Amino acid sequence: MYKIKLSDLDKLYKAISEDYPLYLPIKKAGEVNYGLYGEDEEVSLTTLKTVKSPKDAFFPQSEDLVNFKVDGNKIEVIDVRKEEQPFVVMGVRACDFKAFDVLDRVFLVDPLDTFYQNKRNAAIVVTNACTEPEDSCFCKVFGIDASDPSGDITTFIIGENLFWRANTEKGNALTEKVKGLFTETDDKIVAEEQKAIREKINSLPNVNLDLTPFKDEMLDIFNSEKWGKLSEACLGCGACTFVCPTCQCFDIRELTKNDGTVSRFRCWDSCMYSDFTKTAGGQPRTTQMQRYRQRFMHKLVYYPENNEGVYSCVGCGRCVKSCPMHLNIVKVIKAFDKGGKDE
Amino acid sequence: MQEITENKEFKPLIVAFCCNWCSYAGADLAGSSRLSYPANVKIIRVPCSCRVNPIFILKAFQRGADGVILCGCHPGDCHYSEGNYRTRRRMSLLFSMLNYLGIEKERTRVEWVSAAEGAKFSAVMNDFVKTITALGENKKLEDLRCKSKN
Amino acid sequence: MQIQELVLHKAEEYLASGKVDRVLAWKKGETFYDNSPAIFTKDNLNGFVYNEFCAPNLSKYLVNESKKEGKILVFLKPCDTYSFNQLVSEHRIDREKIVVIGLECQGMLDEKKIYNLGFKRIEKVEDGLDNIIITADGQQVQIKREELLSVKCVDCKSKEFAVADETIVVNEMKQPDKNSRFSVVSELEKMTEEERFKFWQNELSKCIRCNACRNVCPACTCTHCVFDNNKSGIAGKANSDSFEEKLYHIIRAYHVAGRCTDCGECSRVCPESIPLHLINRKFIKDINDNYGEFQAGKTVSEHNPLVDYTKGDCEPKEMVGK
Repeated sequence: MYKIKLSDLDKLYKAISEDYPLYLPIKKAGEVNYGLYGEDEEVSLTTLKTVKSPKDAFFPQSEDLVNFKVDGNKIEVIDVRKEEQPFVVMGVRACDFKAFDVLDRVFLVDPLDTFYQNKRNAAIVVTNACTEPEDSCFCKVFGIDASDPSGDITTFIIGENLFWRANTEKGNALTEKVKGLFTETDDKIVAEEQKAIREKINSLPNVNLDLTPFKDEMLDIFNSEKWGKLSEACLGCGACTFVCPTCQCFDIRELTKNDGTVSRFRCWDSCMYSDFTKTAGGQPRTTQMQRYRQRFMHKLVYYPENNEGVYSCVGCGRCVKSCPMHLNIVKVIKAFDKGGKDE
Repeated sequence: MQEITENKEFKPLIVAFCCNWCSYAGADLAGSSRLSYPANVKIIRVPCSCRVNPIFILKAFQRGADGVILCGCHPGDCHYSEGNYRTRRRMSLLFSMLNYLGIEKERTRVEWVSAAEGAKFSAVMNDFVKTITALGENKKLEDLRCKSKN
Repeated sequence: MQIQELVLHKAEEYLASGKVDRVLAWKKGETFYDNSPAIFTKDNLNGFVYNEFCAPNLSKYLVNESKKEGKILVFLKPCDTYSFNQLVSEHRIDREKIVVIGLECQGMLDEKKIYNLGFKRIEKVEDGLDNIIITADGQQVQIKREELLSVKCVDCKSKEFAVADETIVVNEMKQPDKNSRFSVVSELEKMTEEERFKFWQNELSKCIRCNACRNVCPACTCTHCVFDNNKSGIAGKANSDSFEEKLYHIIRAYHVAGRCTDCGECSRVCPESIPLHLINRKFIKDINDNYGEFQAGKTVSEHNPLVDYTKGDCEPKEMVGK
């Protein structure tokens, strides 16, 4: 275990960014999102929830897939894939780190998504324990320990210091490069802090949500009348899906460049949108209630059904904060709680 | 390569939306009167200046235009009585908004050119090209994806 | 009596008498701030709430609700009544089926501003008119209301009801200062083009294209938006390059220019807190300065400065950059 003074963090960022592109929470125009480190950027490692999650690092909102040129009946296919150079993502919270696992179960199974895989393999992930969890956090419900995230390296911000622990070979290699900035320390302070974090988390309002109703008969939940009331204020925007660390749906579109080259790219899509799942044959989900139900059924019923009971929600609470009408997964889970109100 | 780009004189791409009844005829007259205007002005004929949707203007910039000019009949002379009056309000507000977002105000222009004003058409285009050449490339409203890197 | 009880009474009264079949209002959430719009009926008024966290403008829901059978009662804050009138003007909602009750509003609060004060566990937030009393982390503090106002309420346009069949007002509502509304727009206008570009580039590059601003907007009521239409050529969805979000936000604001009542919902709902109302407000200011004072939704009328003209209108070059 190593430590470094918070006031010296700039030196650490600079040292890492000399060898690797470094992505970490950066404040821009009042909001914090993951971005590429530069000396002029304002880093905000203590921000608990970035607006967008770090999933952009592996699954960017827009990503070029392939280019092609059409000349008469000849089609020239241009591979736009680049070899991914190693890069560092720093400041990842426990919930967001768990979300990478949720994405892996989608992108790293057959058929393998090489775009995602290449980035995933190239990344060195530095996680950051949550010393100050918020009211909207409920990661504990999904068995996540915010006091001890894994990753290649785990960091803890305690008092005036950042504590640094390498967990993997990749992590050790990065540590070796920047070791000069650290002083060695034992893990006593960290262990105490972890205990304190766990206590804080236990006192949060939403950590005792009951997920057992979602293990019941799938059709009962699907056909429940509760969805109507739950979704009636939904605007059909994509705020919840775009800030979500586990939402993985995308659309594939094309753009013709000025010289006639066609660029085929993918971009995030949202199951809340009216054109989602629309095909030549029609639209299977015609009402907002159906779309709303789909989002939560996917997270709490379908995904666990296909993935050994792993939920595709990590309790980061971003949707709780960003929904314009304050609809969210917490309200859905509570509505189906058998002890809860029947509405 | 670097050297070539630097030495190459900047030739702006200008998109001119011209109404069918006045300005397009004005451009025609300029041509038949042997009045020259720069070849980098690309004319798009529209039935009336008020046919121009704000999206057209933005798309022109996206596709590489360095300046966009809209020409119509003089106010009061519209073939459809009032089309250009509407154009005037719409484009005033749109161009004012573009400037509010930081786009140079010289990059957009509205001019009234009648079918008899071949000389004016040529003068306007020459002047606009000069202005945009001095202003340089459109960087603020460009779409990098449309430029081929591969 | 507290306003919350008066409002609930009014809802009960109308439902009991059968004058309306449904009530469109707000429903209490799980915490102090997360109230959501909801439809209530005679046998179910559970969770009915009206307090300083009822920012959502209910007008837009009436587009669908007034198509349904029966009459509906809606509670509207002063600024919401303008959106209502505008929707009636555009024949998007059926006035005959709706009872409008105007509600007192002292300015809605932004929970983010409360959390930003550094509280960890917030137990209770009480409305003391000029001051807000917050009970958190075992202590009680009073904060000035102005400091906690939602972005849409910071520059309130009016406390007058543009339309109301009845009103419920307990405490006097202070008329806002008219001049302050355009002060930020004026400041931006005074900057150089480069400074303005930097400001907006910074703000708009945060856009995640979630469409919340569009979907919440009471003036955006097209059944099929141009940005969702694959044949329009601009249904990009992507936010990969700085052009896309500029196109999106310019067209979004332009399409509602002259119809936007300046309700500020776009800025309130933006997850990246982009000050989108400043784009809409620029159009309003330009219209006011050049085509005469105009407030969309003040009355039910067909008049819209963008489908109107006068022969003496100024030329674009006289307006741009002035």
